[in-house]
Amino acid sequence: MSGLRRTPLHDVHLALGARLVPFAGFEMPVQYRSILEEHAAVRERAGLFDVSHMGQLWLRGPSAIADAERLLSCPVASLKLGRVRYGLLCNEHGGVVDDVTLYRVAGDHVLLCVNASNTAKDRDWIAAHCSAATALRDASDETCLLALQGPASEAILAPLVAFDLSRVRFFAFAETELAGMRVLVSRTGYTHAGGFEIYGQASDARAIWRALSDAGAAHGLAPAGLGARDTLRLEAALPLYGHELDDETTPLEARLERFVKLDAGGFIGAEALRAEREAGPRRALVGFVVEGRGIARAEHALAVAGAEVGRVTSGAPSPTLGKPIGLGYVPPLQAAVGTKLDVMVRGQAVPARVVETPFVRGPH
Amino acid sequence: MAKYEIPDDLYYTREDEWARVERNRVTIGITDYAQQQLGDIVFVELPELGRTLDRGEPFGVVESVKAVADLFAPLTGEVVEVNTGLGEAPDGVNADCYGDGWLVVVQLSDPAELEQLLSPGDYAQHVKDRE
Repeated sequence: MSGLRRTPLHDVHLALGARLVPFAGFEMPVQYRSILEEHAAVRERAGLFDVSHMGQLWLRGPSAIADAERLLSCPVASLKLGRVRYGLLCNEHGGVVDDVTLYRVAGDHVLLCVNASNTAKDRDWIAAHCSAATALRDASDETCLLALQGPASEAILAPLVAFDLSRVRFFAFAETELAGMRVLVSRTGYTHAGGFEIYGQASDARAIWRALSDAGAAHGLAPAGLGARDTLRLEAALPLYGHELDDETTPLEARLERFVKLDAGGFIGAEALRAEREAGPRRALVGFVVEGRGIARAEHALAVAGAEVGRVTSGAPSPTLGKPIGLGYVPPLQAAVGTKLDVMVRGQAVPARVVETPFVRGPH
Repeated sequence: MAKYEIPDDLYYTREDEWARVERNRVTIGITDYAQQQLGDIVFVELPELGRTLDRGEPFGVVESVKAVADLFAPLTGEVVEVNTGLGEAPDGVNADCYGDGWLVVVQLSDPAELEQLLSPGDYAQHVKDRE
């Protein structure tokens, strides 16, 4: 797989027998043994993911908070030190440049964790909309990111860190040492299974992975790949950039309005989004369960009475529910829970029904 | 142990189906390489009994958690048996792709078509080329 970048854990994945696939310009493990086994490990015990492909952009300086406030849909100045928020970078039309997590590291210092596929785009977008006084640093190459997810995560991680992990609440973080290495540990994730994300120096990645693997052995920790990450996030109905979100899709269409400070004013895209709220979004993201025989996949048409009304953005068998689930955009009239839709699978109409999301609820 | 099992007594296609020929009856399935590449198989769609498959024609689908794979008929013939048990237990293809995880049996119409299929050695090379 020439031309692809590798994470600092590439050798570890090879040694574990991972199947590697291209993803966002990286050669990434899609599975080690079985997506279903890795998915179950995360729901029932714990899984360890290498997500070092993701980007880390640091903003620092006297104007950094004001700049981030203007760039992000979520409130920034009110974010306390040691806390995390989910937010969107929007363009002037309200379309989503990226969805990110924002860490308040210091009074004048924030970290944005961004999608690997968007790191360069985000860096350019942020640089073009920051004041000269703000220093933008792309630390993606020197940073590793591991996600330890699942109900056993706290029991695995607690003995390795030098402070009381139970004091780190959901969407909070601490800068600490893990087995002697400098890390930032946040109680965040992409699975609705509970757990942590651990940022470290890329040069420490293997030692961090080994420390977690060793500590997790007694708890049934399994290495988990992007395949399980995708089925887990789909059960959690968490959007994936490039599927549910893109430059043409707004947070209101994606039903992410709770992460948008619509009435607080000045961020890029706010005007367009307020106008969209007035007029009503022209489509809405829904979650659906397939009730017939067939599996919904991204790009399948969604139809009502034989007429196409929308498209599936993500679809897969839900290992937890034991039936296929999906996300897709439909007109607001077809978005109510209980609405019957057909998923067009290879020309066949397969019945599905709009349901409440998330499909699987987490501990938070 | 080889990474992928490729039995000596079968014919193969470049699309990773196998064919076991017993007189005019040909049992068809997907190879160990195919099932390993797909991963956990969660859905199998097979043709109805009595349908005639043309060689090379898509005749069904195997889906794993993440991937969808078309099945292509290795040979022309009428479908005389379908492994309906895979409807309820599609992971049977992962468990025993050359045995209980077979897909269909067709009645061979043109034995000359067998010459178009790959030998085990050629198929092993075809797998290696994609590794």
